[in-house]
Amino acid sequence: MTAECSPVSGIEVEPLLQDMSRRLRDFLAERDREAACCIGVHTGGVWLAGRLAAELGLRDPVGELDISFYRDDYESRGLHQDLRPSSLPFTVDGRHLVLVDDVIMTGRTVRAALNLLFDYGRPASVCLVNLLDVATRELPIQPDIVGRRLQLEPGQRVKLSGPEPLHLVMQDAETE
Amino acid sequence: MDLSRHGDIQLNEQGELRHFLTTEGLPRAILEEILDVADSFVPVGEKPVKNVPLLRGRTVINLFFEPSTRTRTTFELAAKRLSADVLNFNVSASATHKGETLLDTLRNLKAMASDMFVIRHPDSGAAHFVAEFATPDVAIINAGDGWHAHPTQAMLDMLTIRRHKGGFDGLKVAIVGDIMHSRVARSQIHALRTLGAEEVRVIGPRTLMPRNVEALGVDVFHDMQSGLRDADVVMMLRLQRERMLGADLPSEQEFFRVYGLSTDKLRYASGDAIVMHPGPINRGVEIESAVADGPRSLILNQVSYGIAVRMAVMSMAMSGQRRAPAQEVRQ
Repeated sequence: MTAECSPVSGIEVEPLLQDMSRRLRDFLAERDREAACCIGVHTGGVWLAGRLAAELGLRDPVGELDISFYRDDYESRGLHQDLRPSSLPFTVDGRHLVLVDDVIMTGRTVRAALNLLFDYGRPASVCLVNLLDVATRELPIQPDIVGRRLQLEPGQRVKLSGPEPLHLVMQDAETE
Repeated sequence: MDLSRHGDIQLNEQGELRHFLTTEGLPRAILEEILDVADSFVPVGEKPVKNVPLLRGRTVINLFFEPSTRTRTTFELAAKRLSADVLNFNVSASATHKGETLLDTLRNLKAMASDMFVIRHPDSGAAHFVAEFATPDVAIINAGDGWHAHPTQAMLDMLTIRRHKGGFDGLKVAIVGDIMHSRVARSQIHALRTLGAEEVRVIGPRTLMPRNVEALGVDVFHDMQSGLRDADVVMMLRLQRERMLGADLPSEQEFFRVYGLSTDKLRYASGDAIVMHPGPINRGVEIESAVADGPRSLILNQVSYGIAVRMAVMSMAMSGQRRAPAQEVRQ
């Protein structure tokens, strides 16, 4: 993958992350879900989930999901390169889960992640956290906490680069 | 039939796997991709729900012209974990006895809208023949053809080595037993050479050693002491008992005395050498129980990795086949 990447000007990740963890803390407290665990979607979501879990002082290790085996575009695009094993180092049953991904676009990744999560058990609840919302939804799925909404030109894609430092980059959709 | 040009027919125009017939001639990147994908499938088998939806709605036909329990069941389990529909077809007890030709059998099965054949056949080159001439638009996985190749077995062995030794650089690997009749050994040798193992040795009696085996890039030994010296990996082969009474071997006891892997002989190998066997094992013929059940033995790990490797190969080939341009069936 040799995508043309350029930094997204004017959006700093760190302040967004601080703001998101404040709002996530309130969100969980209002619902008595302080003992939640964070689960990130590879790759950007895992970095963010790690940061959020640390900010909120969550005790459980961060879960990691690779949704490649659950994608709905396997027929047209084949197996995704760069697979990583999923790992959920805790029992999902009855737990409050915070699902974290860098960007939400169509909602299809979240659909796949939910299917994968339910193969591990029956969580008490799942809430969704995204750093960016690029509102081109194709499924009835909405995040509970969003860092920032962003309008993109057709053909543009944005993704998180990291893990240190975290910053957003643009790339051409065709080359991904 | 020219069996040396598998490299081309196994890949689509984008260089992706579309059939898996042999480890011979496949680029290192493809073998490594199989291992990487298989690595991701290993934890799938540890989930409470062990299925993933990759091959949902696809039909996989296990076509076995030779009896097999272990290989067939792991292929069946792998396909089911990928959510495919699976049909087992044991041909020895079926249509060929009624005079139907292989080609007719295949056309009938293809007409059932099947997407993948997993084929085991006693003739070398059978899977290749089916992929090239009979049904090129169905993904073909070779589950063993004659003395020629058993590539998924070899790749599950490679996965076992990589997961327990970290890689292949600087590795000394010894393959022991009936090299001559072993499709497993041939596939292992090609895979090990491609993946960059430092030294591949074959150990066995002269009567069970193919002529010119050195041409595959291996060192030949006829005794365990020199062959196993400092080996990091010891791969035993199954001795087929039906060959015992023939001219190739005096007796099982004699074979075990010279080439059977005992605790004593394992001492010739490196102190942290791992021991592997494709199964089913003949205890007291090619391997002593104390070794087979001992701490160095990875024989049962191999079985679980076998499911992950077969899931990897099936999902890669199905995806490569779907993305290949339609091809005319050559008559």
